[in-house]
Amino acid sequence: MSELLDIIGALLLLAGSIFLFLGSLGLLRMPDVFNRIQAGTKATTLGTLLVLIGTAFIHPDWGFKLLLIGVFLLFTNPLSSQVLANAAHRSHVTKSKLTTLDQLAEDREENS
Amino acid sequence: MPAPDNKKRDLLILIITLFLFWLLLNGSLAVDVIVTGIVVSALITVLFYQGLSFFTELRLTPAAILAGFRYYVYFFGELLRSNLKMAKIVITPSLPIQPAIVRVRTRLKSRMGRLMLANSITLTPGTLTVDMQGEWLYIHCVYRDETAKEQDTHDLIAGFESYLEVMYG
Amino acid sequence: MAEILIVVAALFSAAAFVMALLRFIKGPSPADRVVAFDVLTIVAISAIIFTALAANRGIYLDVALVYALLSFLGVIVIARFLEKGF
Repeated sequence: MSELLDIIGALLLLAGSIFLFLGSLGLLRMPDVFNRIQAGTKATTLGTLLVLIGTAFIHPDWGFKLLLIGVFLLFTNPLSSQVLANAAHRSHVTKSKLTTLDQLAEDREENS
Repeated sequence: MPAPDNKKRDLLILIITLFLFWLLLNGSLAVDVIVTGIVVSALITVLFYQGLSFFTELRLTPAAILAGFRYYVYFFGELLRSNLKMAKIVITPSLPIQPAIVRVRTRLKSRMGRLMLANSITLTPGTLTVDMQGEWLYIHCVYRDETAKEQDTHDLIAGFESYLEVMYG
Repeated sequence: MAEILIVVAALFSAAAFVMALLRFIKGPSPADRVVAFDVLTIVAISAIIFTALAANRGIYLDVALVYALLSFLGVIVIARFLEKGF
């Protein structure tokens, strides 16, 4: 029984690590800051959550602490990527040439 | 200023939330842990009530609690689905993206509701909240069809908004 | 069986770490570096959890928790700094 749980946990760990890998690959391949935030900080959030769940399968007695880390990550990760995106936009980083529309920049210009 | 009755209820909710957090952090139910937890939670709540008050905007009606459960089910489904979509974009050699920052108007009124909406949008890959100004959200999309850019952008947030509206208003 | 899977998973995380580090070195703007730093910290949390598994010691999870807290504050502070311009 515990062996089966170990294997389920290990598979979840593997799935999580693959998401971490894909997130970093996106970070490397995407053309500008906003798309990098999109690919980088969020695929890795799911990756970490899967790693946490996998660990909980292998060590059920660590469950509470893992849950706490998970809840904490779910709250802080989107906040930090939002703050970063906002700061990047305010400091006028170059956007990718593929960007079709930027209504935030339009509205900022109107207000100033 | 909230009515005294409301304030008592808010303080109680805050103390219970902080206390549960403390219990998770400690992972034990010893007497000294519980007593310290209650004292510290009460102290933090009384000292920082103004800064923490938005936590208590959650409605505690059965409908809101049901919507809460359905929101989390929908949220995790969406998280998985959009991560797979993003993974597909990243491993495609030609990198098919068409980014745009669009503005969307939300119907949500409460601060916590708007915060949760912005966080949910950000956590589902493909969309990222860049700025919030009142009821307007500015969302960066990795792929936004050029033909769709003039049409209604509300579809980006409609799914989360309908649940959060019941939960927070 | 499970051990081999965990080792493969740890290798994938290590590869993720290396790629984020490449982005951190390449930049080009400070904002890119902060994003790369953010990803590095998230991957590092997983790495700490792998370490806890390998050493079989639950106390390492507290390290991961405190690290998550501190890196979050760090990213927020750097982002504020970025907004005012370097």
